Amino acid sequence: MNIVELKAKIQEIQKTVVDSYVWKSIFRHGYKDIPRNRVLMTASNVFLHLHPSKMRRHGIKVSYTWCAGGLTFLFFLILTVTGVILMFYYRPVAEYAYVDMKYLQFDVPFGMMMRNMHRWAAHGMVILVMLHMFRVFLTGSYKPPREFNWVIGVLLLVITFLLSFTGYLLPWDQLAIWAVTVGTNMARATPLMGHEGPLAEQVRQLTGLITPRYDARSLLTAGTVVGAPTLMRFYVLHCIFIPIVASILMIVHFWRVRKDGGISGPL
Amino acid sequence: MAEKEEKMIPASSLNPDKIHTWPHLVRVEFIAGMLATLGLFLWSLLLDAPLEEPANPTKTPNPSKAPWYFLGLQEMLVYFDPWMAGVVLPSLIIVGLMLIPYIDINKKGAGYYTFRERKFAMSVFCFGFLILWIFLIFLGVFFRGPGWNFFMPWEEWNPHKVVALTNIDLNIFVAQTLGIDALRNPWVGCGFGLVLIGAYYSIIPAFYYLKGKTMPVIQELGLIRYNITAFLFVTMMALPIKMILRWTLNIKYVLVIPGILNI
Repeated sequence: MNIVELKAKIQEIQKTVVDSYVWKSIFRHGYKDIPRNRVLMTASNVFLHLHPSKMRRHGIKVSYTWCAGGLTFLFFLILTVTGVILMFYYRPVAEYAYVDMKYLQFDVPFGMMMRNMHRWAAHGMVILVMLHMFRVFLTGSYKPPREFNWVIGVLLLVITFLLSFTGYLLPWDQLAIWAVTVGTNMARATPLMGHEGPLAEQVRQLTGLITPRYDARSLLTAGTVVGAPTLMRFYVLHCIFIPIVASILMIVHFWRVRKDGGISGPL
Repeated sequence: MAEKEEKMIPASSLNPDKIHTWPHLVRVEFIAGMLATLGLFLWSLLLDAPLEEPANPTKTPNPSKAPWYFLGLQEMLVYFDPWMAGVVLPSLIIVGLMLIPYIDINKKGAGYYTFRERKFAMSVFCFGFLILWIFLIFLGVFFRGPGWNFFMPWEEWNPHKVVALTNIDLNIFVAQTLGIDALRNPWVGCGFGLVLIGAYYSIIPAFYYLKGKTMPVIQELGLIRYNITAFLFVTMMALPIKMILRWTLNIKYVLVIPGILNI
């Protein structure tokens, strides 16, 4: 078979596959580079239809967007995948947590790699989300009609910090427990609601509430110190509650980017 | 067939500023995503995530540092009490950030980079972001050692470094300097501090409001938005002011309300 025949044969097979019933049930349009297909490529794909099918030219410039928002989302996805893999090997119990970390690092195939990627992607996501906020400010992209999406963005910034902070405790090593101790100790000074905060003494005398075991800080740590109950609390917050809240806020954030006229740009 | 498809092209495609998301944006996203993933992958191959010895509640490391992104807040703890540095100021930062779109009513500079058209907003945000956030994180990560003392990055961390604690409250400082003994009384000092902080929060905003009466920007802003902006700005500037007071005059507190709070 010479090359011409081979080419013809391949084209024939291609045509058979693309014209088949099964193929057409999956892909609703052709791949030929015509404007209609370009639009359908975005509009008929559940993931890509996050985007408008057409957009303004300056919106794809890396010098304008820094890609920071999109990469933040990518890192969130990477964190979800690596995080789920880590969850298979990790028990959020004070007796086991640290042992499981060692097991994960030395015995689980690619365990160290998964842990490294999760850890560094977490730092990366914090950096990227800060950069994204900085870029959005510098381009004035919070101005009408995008005011409320900026508010959602600030919430997502806080959520990112909380995600990273709750994950910080899970290795259950010295770094984890003391960093979280420093962080949660602040809450004991909450005005009115922390047992060492301004006016807490007065609230205690009035209501009998706000003791070291029952104040703003113990709400976070589930006790008077960072201990086993804190680990369980942070684990559930880190793996379930905060990711769900983050996902909901991201849905709103992305949806509003579209509804507020797509990516910002000069009028 | 081809003709029919040609007819379906929307009119907006004639606008040269509009391009198809596929392939133009998707290509950029794909390349950026691949590069970022590759970078993360290489970084993770070369550098292992830290794992120290098992958690031990009886052994406090010195220094105990919060995660790096909170070190700006931990740095604030040097200058303010925990209720202020750890709770009130962070809450105000979050609320203040959320309020930005509602207090910045300048319509210019939306969707492009410009400094000239929005000097105030840009200066304030960049000062807050770059100096009070990024720089303080940098300071906390590289320049703070045992006892939260200041160390150069190449300096050995000496846990026994002695730093003289000569910080005094502002009322005592003024009493010493000007020889007004009455200010040493805690309640007189408290009143002095309250007056100072009250003046700080009222005179500066009032001064600029009156001075700017002729400025259309302040007129357009209206009293409520102006006051919110002024409050947030003055609160933000309280941090560098307190830092400078501490570094130069060793001032501990500006206001002490005995048994309640210190600022």
